[in-house]
Parts: sequence; C-alpha cells; structure tokens
Amino acid sequence: MTTALGNNAASASGSALDTRKVLNVGAVLAISLVFIALAGLPVGLDPRQVVNGILSLGYLSLLWLPIMFGWTVSKQVVLEGMTATKQGVGDVITGAATGVVGGLGLSVLLLLVNQFDLRDPLVNWSPQLVDFLTFSQGIGLGVIAWPVICGVLGAFGASLHLLDATARRAVLAAIGAVLFFAIFETFITDLFDFLDDLLYGPRGGLEWYAALVIAGLAVAYTLSGAREKIAEVKGDYHALTGEAKTRQTAILIGLSAVALIIIPMVTGKITQELMANVGIFLLLALGLNIVVGLAGILDLGYVAFFAVGGYTTAVLTASNRGPDWPEWFPTTPWFVALIASVIMAGIAGLIIGAPVIRMRGDYLAIVTLGFGEIIRLLFLSDWLKGYFNGAQGITQVPPADFGLFEVAGTNPRSVFYLVMFFAAISIYASWRLERSRLGRAWMAIREDESVAEAMGINTVNAKLMAFVVGAVLASFSGAIFSAKVGSIFPTSFLILVSIIILVVVIVGGMGNIMGVIVGSVVLIGVLGGPKQPGLLQEFSQYKLLIYGALLIWMMLKRPEGLVPNARRSRELHQDEFLQDAWLKGEVDTDEDDDNPAPGGSQVAPA
Amino acid sequence: MKKLMKLLSVIFALSLVAAACSDDATTDAGSDTTAADGGGDAGYLGDGSLGEVTVEAGGAIQIRSLNAITGDVAFLGLPNQRGVEQAIADYGQIKGFDVDMGVGLDDLCSADGGQAAAQSIVADEQVIGVIGTSCSGAATAAAPLIGNAGMVMISGSNTSPALTSDQQGNAGPDYSVGYYRTAHNDLFQGAAMAEYVFNELGLTTAAAIHDGDPYTDGLATAFTNAFTELGGEVTGYSAVAKEDTDMVPVLTEIAAGSPEALFFPIFQPAGDFIADQVGSVSGLENTQLFAADGLLVDGFLELPQSEGISFSGPDTRFGENKNESTGVNANQFLETYEAANGEAPSAPFWGHSYDATAMLLDAIAAASYTDGDNLVIDRAGVREYLNGIKGYSGIIGTINCDDFGDCGSQKITIIEHLSSSDLDASKANVKFEYAP
Amino acid sequence: MTTAVKAKGSKKTGVDKFLTLLRFLLIGAIAIGLIAFVWQQIDPNNPFARWRNPDAQPLTAEQIKGLVVTGLSQGAMYGLIALGYSMVYGVLGFINFAHGEVFMLGAFTGFVTSNKLADAGLWEGGAFIPSVIMTAVLAALIATGAAVLMERVAYRPLRGSPRLIPLITSIGVSFFIQNAVILLFGPGAKGYPPNPEWLQKKRRFDLLGDAFAFEVEGTKLLVLVVASFSMAGLWYFVERTKTGKAMRAVAEDKEIASLMGINVNKTIVTTFAVGGAMAGIAGILWGLLFRSVIATTGFLPGIKAFTAAVVGGVGNLGGAMAGGVSLGTAEALAPLMLLEPLGVAGPTQLRDAVAFLLLILVLLVKPTGLFGERLSSEDRA
Repeated sequence: MTTALGNNAASASGSALDTRKVLNVGAVLAISLVFIALAGLPVGLDPRQVVNGILSLGYLSLLWLPIMFGWTVSKQVVLEGMTATKQGVGDVITGAATGVVGGLGLSVLLLLVNQFDLRDPLVNWSPQLVDFLTFSQGIGLGVIAWPVICGVLGAFGASLHLLDATARRAVLAAIGAVLFFAIFETFITDLFDFLDDLLYGPRGGLEWYAALVIAGLAVAYTLSGAREKIAEVKGDYHALTGEAKTRQTAILIGLSAVALIIIPMVTGKITQELMANVGIFLLLALGLNIVVGLAGILDLGYVAFFAVGGYTTAVLTASNRGPDWPEWFPTTPWFVALIASVIMAGIAGLIIGAPVIRMRGDYLAIVTLGFGEIIRLLFLSDWLKGYFNGAQGITQVPPADFGLFEVAGTNPRSVFYLVMFFAAISIYASWRLERSRLGRAWMAIREDESVAEAMGINTVNAKLMAFVVGAVLASFSGAIFSAKVGSIFPTSFLILVSIIILVVVIVGGMGNIMGVIVGSVVLIGVLGGPKQPGLLQEFSQYKLLIYGALLIWMMLKRPEGLVPNARRSRELHQDEFLQDAWLKGEVDTDEDDDNPAPGGSQVAPA
Repeated sequence: MKKLMKLLSVIFALSLVAAACSDDATTDAGSDTTAADGGGDAGYLGDGSLGEVTVEAGGAIQIRSLNAITGDVAFLGLPNQRGVEQAIADYGQIKGFDVDMGVGLDDLCSADGGQAAAQSIVADEQVIGVIGTSCSGAATAAAPLIGNAGMVMISGSNTSPALTSDQQGNAGPDYSVGYYRTAHNDLFQGAAMAEYVFNELGLTTAAAIHDGDPYTDGLATAFTNAFTELGGEVTGYSAVAKEDTDMVPVLTEIAAGSPEALFFPIFQPAGDFIADQVGSVSGLENTQLFAADGLLVDGFLELPQSEGISFSGPDTRFGENKNESTGVNANQFLETYEAANGEAPSAPFWGHSYDATAMLLDAIAAASYTDGDNLVIDRAGVREYLNGIKGYSGIIGTINCDDFGDCGSQKITIIEHLSSSDLDASKANVKFEYAP
Repeated sequence: MTTAVKAKGSKKTGVDKFLTLLRFLLIGAIAIGLIAFVWQQIDPNNPFARWRNPDAQPLTAEQIKGLVVTGLSQGAMYGLIALGYSMVYGVLGFINFAHGEVFMLGAFTGFVTSNKLADAGLWEGGAFIPSVIMTAVLAALIATGAAVLMERVAYRPLRGSPRLIPLITSIGVSFFIQNAVILLFGPGAKGYPPNPEWLQKKRRFDLLGDAFAFEVEGTKLLVLVVASFSMAGLWYFVERTKTGKAMRAVAEDKEIASLMGINVNKTIVTTFAVGGAMAGIAGILWGLLFRSVIATTGFLPGIKAFTAAVVGGVGNLGGAMAGGVSLGTAEALAPLMLLEPLGVAGPTQLRDAVAFLLLILVLLVKPTGLFGERLSSEDRA
C-alpha cells in the first residue's frame, strides 16, 4: 500500500502541498477503503461494539486506514545529508487532503451501490452496505460525511507528527488501551467478573465513560514515567551476567509458570479453550521454528507430522479404528500412544526429510508441500480405509487417562495444563538445542549452506535432525489434539494448517522462542487458528485474508518478526548494516524507525 | 538446568491434580435461582434437575446458531443460519422477552471447529439451546459439550445415524442426551435409492462415487450395501477429491465395469463436472445417473446437463405446510429470505432449521415462568417438552421426536429432474417414496 | 537428541542408500503396475492381475484414448501456467507461489465477463467467437495487471534479500488474493454460461487409419490449439525479439545485462506481464473447458504447474510445456494404469498424490528436469 510513497518520498514537506503525492496516496487509500467495504468487513463486523453506541468494529475496520495514511503521507523521510525541517501545519493539510481523497472513494462507491445492482458477482454490493455507509440517514449525508470523516482522521494522523514524543506516546497509549479493553473483552470479563458490569454494555462493547476512564488512565500512565522505569528495570535485567542472571531468569520462569497455572483456574471455559488451542499451535510453531527458524528449511508440509501424531494416537487408543488392523494390534493408554506417535513422527521426518534435504530451498518447499498433501490423501483414501476409516474419521478417541485425572476436550483446562507441560519441554529443548553444537550447525546452514559444509558441518545430518526434531514436537501436538477433540478427520490437516503455523512463526520472529510464543498468542489467540475461533470470533470470515496481508506486510517491513532474534535480523538487514557502517552509523532508515505506526492493528498493545 | 526441569514437572503434576479436583466445580451452572417448583404461575415443565436460567427484565432469552457459514460448505450453513434468524423474527417475544441469537457461530464443518464453538457457547450460562450444527462431524464433538451443560441442540441438517439411533431402539455411538434433529436419519437414504434403482427401475448393476466427505462417503456406502443385499451387483466404488475438475479418469474407472446406474451423492462443484463430463466417456452411454440431496440445489438443477438425473432427498414438497408456532409457510419464508439476502436458499435444509428454532422457542415458552419481572427457564423442562413433541406441524411436515432425538420426517422421496428451466415441476415429479 | 551429530560419516551413506532404495521402490512400483495393467488388458483373469486386484477389468481402447485426450488438454493448461513460473524462476530465481492466483483471476474475469455477455444474449448466439475473444483479452489484461502489480508491490522491494523471503511473501500474496476473491465474490463455485453446441460436439479424427481414430470434444481441441499457438507465440517472443533477448540476458546475469544497457527492472516487469498473460489465457481455457471457477481454482493447479515446470526443467520454456503435458497425462493415466492394477481402491482419489510423487521421482532421478534447466549460475546453487 505504501509503495506509492516511494516515488516521491524525498519531496519536501511542511511547505507547499504536494498535489501529486496527495493524489497518489489518496487513491491508494480510496482503493483500500473500497476494497474493505466490498470485502464485507464493515457490515459483517458492525454488530460487534468497540465503544457502545459510538464505534463498532465495522466502522473501525474502515476508520483506522485514514489515520495510518495521514501519518505516512506526511512523514518526512530524512536521508543522510538532508537537514530535517520542522514539520508543520502543511503536513496536517497534506494528511487531511489525502483523507478527503480517500473518503471520496467511499462516496463514489456509495453512489454506485445505490444506483446500480452489481450484487450478482459482488456479494457485498448490498442494501446493507448502503445502510452502513449512510449511517441509515440517507444518501446525501453519507456522500458528504465520508470525505469529511476521512479528512479529519487523516489530519489527526498527520498531526501526530507535530506532537513531541511523550505526548504522541500518550495519545497512542490511550487509543491502544481502549482497543485492548474492547478486543479482549471476553478474556477480561472472564478473568475479572466484576468488570463486566462496570466497563461493558449488557451485550458487549465498552461503555463510553469506561472508554474515557481507560484512555485517561493510559495517558496518566504514560506521563507518569512508569514506562521509563520499566525500561530501566528491563535494562538492569539485561545487564546482569552469570549467576545473578540465571537466578533472575529462574524466578521469572517460575512466576510465569505460577501465573499460567492460576489463570485457567479463575477463568471460564472460553478462555480455557482459547488457551488450550493457543497451546496446541504453540507446540506446532515451536517445532516449525526449529525447521524454518533455526535450520532455514522452508517446510510447507509440516502438517504431515501433526497428522501422523494425531492418527497414531487415535489408532492406538480409539475403540473404532479401522477394521483391518490385525487382532494382536494393541489398544494402549494415551501415554503409550504418545510414545508411539513420537516414534512414528520421527520415522516420518526421516522418510520425508531424506529425499528433500539436498534440494534447493524453494524446490524443497514445494516437495514438502506435496508430501503434506500425500499424507493427508492417504489418511483420507478409500485404499487405507480399513486402517484409518477414510473420510469417516476415527470418532471414538478416548480422553487421555492418567489414572488420577484425565484430559478431555470437555475440560479444556486439563488440556491446557497438558499442553503447557509439553510446551515447557519443547521450549526447554529448543532453548538447549539452539545453544548446542547442532543448533550452531543449523544456524550456519541457514546463513550459508556451502560455507557451513566447507567448515566441516555434516549438513545432511544436521538438516535431517531438524526435520526429526520438528516432527517430534508436532507429534506431541497431534497426540494431544486427537485426545482433545475426541475424534480425528483428514479435514483437520489441510495445507492451510502448515501455512498458518508458518505465519505464526514468521510474525512472531523466526528463530526466536519468545517470538513464537508471542506469535501464537497474538495470532491464534486473537484471530484464531484454521478451525478454531479466536477472541475476535467475528473475524472468522476475514482471518485468512488478514493472515495473508500480515505475511506480506511482515516480509516487506519487518522480516525479523515482532520479537526479533538478534542474529537473524542481522542476516536479514545485512545490506543496511553495511550501509550503516559505511555512513558511520548516522542513518535513520525507515526500517529502523522505532516509532510504531499509529493505530497499527498488527502490533498488539499487550 | 536439570533442577529447572524437575521444578517444571512438579508444577505440572500439581496443576493436573488441581485441574482434576476442581473439575466438578463448573457443572453447577445456572442453579443460582429461587426454588424451582415455586411460583404461583401456571404450570410449566421441568423439575429443575438441570438448573434454571433467569432472564432479567429488559434482557433477552439467549439461543445460538452454530452452522458452517464460511468455507466451501457455507452454501449449507448460511441458509440454516438465516432460517434461525427468520424464525426468531417471526416468532416474536416469549412472555414479553426478546429472543437473541447473538453472533452466528461457525462450526467450520469439522470436529475441531464444532468443539471450539461449543466451548464458547457453554461458557455463557444464559444460553438455553443451540440450532446446529450443519455437519455431522461437528456435531460429534459439539453435542456432548452442549448436552453436559444442560443445554439442548437441535440440528436442521445432521443426518449421520451415529448421532441418534439405528431406528431399532439402539443408540448410535455418538448419541448424547440433549441432542435433537429435524433432518432425516441417513440410515434410509441409501437404502431408498437402492430400492428404487433395483426394484422400481429393474437395474441390476450399479456403481457409486463419493468425494471424501463423511456424508457422501456414508451415503455411497449405504447405497452399495443395500444394493448388494437386494441382489444387485456393484461394479465400482470410487472417489474423487472435492477440488477435482477433470472427472474423466474416475468416470473411465467406473465405465470399465459398465454399470447401468451411477450414484454420485456429492456436492457442487464436483457434481457439475461429473454431470457434464459423463457424456464424453465411452462406456457410460447407457448409464443412468442418480444423485442425492447434496446436489438437490437450484444451482445444480439449473444446469442443462442435470436433466434426466434422479435425486433422493428429504421430501421438499412443502406446499402449504404452515409452521404452527409462527403461521408461516414455505412461500412466505422464501419471499422474506430472498428480499433479505438477494438470493434463494442454496441448500434444502432451511425449513428444517426454521422448524427447529420454532420448536426450541415453543419449548422455552413451555418450560418458563415469570418471577416478578424476571423470566425463569427450566432447562430440564426444555428437554421434557422436546422429548414429548408429537404431531407438531412445521414447514417440513409433521414432526415427532423419538427417544434418541430423531424428530424429522423419515420419508425419503426420489424425484426425476425433467427440465432445467422449470425447477418446481421437477421437484414435484416424485417417482418413489420410501418410509420404513 | 544431540547424539546424532556424533554419527557423522556413516549416516551420510545411510541417506544415500535410502534414496537409492526409494528410487528403486518408485520405479519398481511403476514397472509392476504397468506389467499388471498390460496383463490385465490382455486377460483380466490372469493370476497376477487377480492377485493384485481381484476386480480387475480391462479398459477399452476408446477409454484409454479418452484418458489421453483429457490428460493432454489438462496438461496444456498446466503448461501455460508453468510458463509463467518458469520464466520468473529463470529471471529472478524464485518461485512466485501466487502465480496460480493470477491464473484464477483470469478465470474469474472470464466468469464475470462471459456471464454479462450471456445476459446480453451475445454468448451462445451468433456472436460467440467475438465474445470469447473479448473475454480472453480482458482476462489476459487483468491477469497481466495482477502479475505486474504483484511484482511492483510485493517482490521488487525484496530483490536481493535472502532467497526464502520473496518465496514466503509470495505465499502471503497467494493467500491474500484467494481470500480477497472469496470475500468479494462469495465462496461458492461460479458457473460459466453453456458453450454453443458446435463447440461442445465431439469430433472424430481418423488420420492414421481406423485403429488410431479418436474422438475429441471441441472444447478440448480448442484448449490444445490455443495452447500450441500461445506457446509458439511465446517462443517467437523470447527467442526472436529484442525484449526476449533482454529477458534471456537478465536471466543469465542481471548485473552484466544492466551494464549492457538493458533496463533490468523493465525486463523483469515484462517477464511478469508475459507470464501473467499466459496464465490469463489458461484461465479462460479452464473456464471454457470446465465451465466453473472457484476461489481456490488457482491453488492446486498452480502448484502442479510449478511441478510441471520442474519436471520439464525450470527456466526452459519448451520444457515447461512438455512438463505440463507429461504431468497432465500422467495424472490422467496413472491412477488407472498403475494404481488400480496394483489393487489400490479409489485410485483417482490419489491423483494429486500421483502428481507430487512424479515430482519427487523426477527430482530424485534427474534433478535438472527432463529437458534440463536453464538458469544463471547463482540460481543453480
């Protein structure tokens, strides 16, 4: 979207209005707004209130854009050798003009929708859209209102440049806090029951006074300097070395463990279910992180190992597995099935890994994708129906029974604890592996395979090990998944799953455990998994679109992810580092800007 | 680091124990009201055994719709959800209280999707009942959750026999209490088709194709089993992938056995391709085509190549049938539907969902009493009412609930499609009726 | 888990042994399947065929010809899409995963245009040929535009970044376009209006005598003819025009090409545009042949087209077409000629598996594809 900016980025701002730039950016804004409107987001999301009676998620889906564009269009790109001029009223006008151009796009759309019937190909070309865009107040008002609204918002976005850093941070914090409380409504009310009546309307949405209070508190928090203090503490922690740091880390881990154990006890089932789903995908993402993040192998068929784990467990524990298994084939408790799953997934990792590891990275991606499909087709096929029940799936998978207690899908809390146990193992294993000889070999391969080989690393073995370790972690997830759902069908293992896990790893930060955790919580928790709703249930129709957009955006703007791995980001920004060195580190390029975009929905305020 | 591992494992073990112990704390949902049998109100159903729900003055009675509304099965789920919406609107208030469906939930036509959505439903203790799911696979995972929470679930389009019973008094493996459906039990659709093909048409060899969906696979298997039992010969049983477009290979495979009848109970678009390409495969020139309710949709019937195909399915000759609770008949329903959505329903189960919703609302009315300004609904009473439904007249016909939640009419009709330009005539062209 | 590193040296040969075994297994399975098929054709009751597949039934010659024709026409479309993959891979050295979506956009444009034309009474009536040409031109334009826009927005800023970055981006682009189309046009299948009778009709060819006579529907014939002409046109463009020469130069070495005065950016855009146009034409052919399009139409055919490009040898245009045709034919024939004689139930369900196994087999046996790659030295790494 912002590429149109590139052409005339260097134009001077603050003085005359750059008409061409405004028209270009405004046109992109208009197209984006019209696209969102026709994709049905506004109408579909309208029922969900952000601030009760004032702002719905539907309007928000349009309104954040003019702010973003207002901010970007008036942003000065300062290059080496240029002196930064002070940004002024001219910028605000630029922002407003861009917003107006964008808003005109919606006005034109409104007139067209009102006049012509194109509902045949375009499903959202509907009376409901007209109703939404006119605020149910008649065409005239709608046509006039949108340019005005977008203009004001564009000006607001641009005027953020005029504020000093603290004030800007306060404004952003206020917006972020309100959005946070609105989006995490289910979670917050689940956790603190009393807040439900206090902050939220009877059927969802913040009350206006609650929104004001929250915004006020956020501003107060920012201005009080608490943020700086936290940063200081963080700095202290990072400055620690040796024994002291280990102790601090242990305390931190202990505290988070206690929190993770307590939270599900006080929350309701929605949150527990969400957390269990996040956990299942966290396990998968941790595994893929080893394959993609550490070893740099783009495995698009990762879901195959998830499927192998799930099906092995189901076959070994369920009462209605396929009829063709021989008599002696045992029915085992879940724990034994888990071990078998791990072994089977490891074997599958070897079988899939062996033919592909010598291939070029991109061939490998397609071949693994093919393997993923082959495995799913085999489970689905009539050919092996006697073993895996084909399309009918295996439906009688019992809960995981541990004697004292059992883990079943009807009790998501127990699933969550089980998942967390394995996540802890996986995190520990990833952490150890990263620092092991094998881990260093993987990273060497990721950076340059031929150099790694020349350095005496057995790349074939190392890459094969990455496949196996990744497969084993996925099989944990598969085993838990089949006990949780209580049944297993081939449709749970589409290519889509592989891609969503990939997005989680990439958005979080490839090669970084913390990043993977953040990625799973933000994406699976808020938007939802391939077949799992997230906190924003209303988004289920749109989440795949958002996943796609996020993937592109991250790759273009922040390939190292939300929580970058230091070494990895150095690799990705090699050019810039070189350039920086050449310019003696004086450059402030776009990518390294540490001011987050205002109203950016990608960055969770958490 | 070994110490850390130990610590973690101890924490994990403790937490699991804690989870197990505190498990039963969550099951006493909704028992926070006054004594169940109190109130000078007129009699209401229920003994309070599953708890009660109190709707406060100004609040709304909560029910939910759980259907496949995204993805490639949205064609099935969307009309279901819209049927629920319309039923709520037509029904009006219950004892002065509005009914609220909330956001239409998505079962994603899968077990994991159904389970996740069901968890979010049962977390809201105000919810009385759920209309859904669209797909049997989703119901397998969702029904136990909903049933355990004391809620009820009425599906308009699940047909798997495993969810209810074999109609001989034996519960299916996936049956759970609190589950009902207005759709037919698929035990008979395959059998009905086999009966028609073998006995009525006198064809003795047949083949079947499914598309890897549990529904179509089950139906195709039921057909071939029944056909063999009747004495016919099954010359081929094969499958396509849902996203396949080139059907010549699978049709050639079928053609090698030169069957007289080909049953393909699949969905669009794969069904379009089979109907379209069957003419280009040598060896199938004399084969008659048969499909099921998955293709009994206007989008398929409008294709010229679908002429001459026979379809099995629920009896969709709704005629002047009126839902007794709302007084709405099929034509009135369709008028409202098309005005609101700009298209005709894309699957034949909207009436089933409409009637299911009306039944649920009737049950709520029967199992509730006003307590001051509040409305109190007895969960056990809702089930009692649904269990006792006999002779309820709905859009889909007369509805009787059996002991395992099968409420729908078990009559299967087979129609022969005459003309792609006059769909109503084709739908009324019933060649065979089957009711066990 | 860290012990594996110790097992150095011995493991390497282990992998090689395993791969050799895999090659033998795959080729062996193909050989046995073929023998079983031939034997089954001769005598369905022979013990071998009975043992592997008790229901063995021979296919008639007509049926085999039908399979070949359908495989060829499907393959021709794979080939047209594969050209785009191949050219982009040749020039930029990365898989444009979203190329399948360009094809889908072409088919969707065709759906909208053809239906509007049909509403106006122009499609089935006398003006069918101009209508189709207009639809095809529009589809090619939209597809070209989409490909160029894609390059401009998503890939150009990433030129020079690590290899996997643009690949991952293109997965995102593919995902985005697919779901945008679902949201804009709805998730269901969209039908093309019916083709006129004369196009649908079967035609009989007996140029080589009665034994080799075969019947083809007009639409399949159209697909084959249009694909051959497009291929010929593209060949002329790449091999005989100046722009084509520039393209080949850029594929060989971007820096030297730019030193020679070639506008690299412009050449890359041209590459995307030409690939997009081919995909757009394939989209229309798809629409005419199957008369139905859905938002996911581009995904699997796209991946299979890439498979075809690899099978034929990436960067090699003739190879892409040949790869497409071999893949299409293999997909149509293998389930019935290999899997069914081996006793696999529901073999056509495993068609996609066959396509991917073919890819794996080719990469195992001849990693440069059947007709050799044409890549610059850096991309061959």
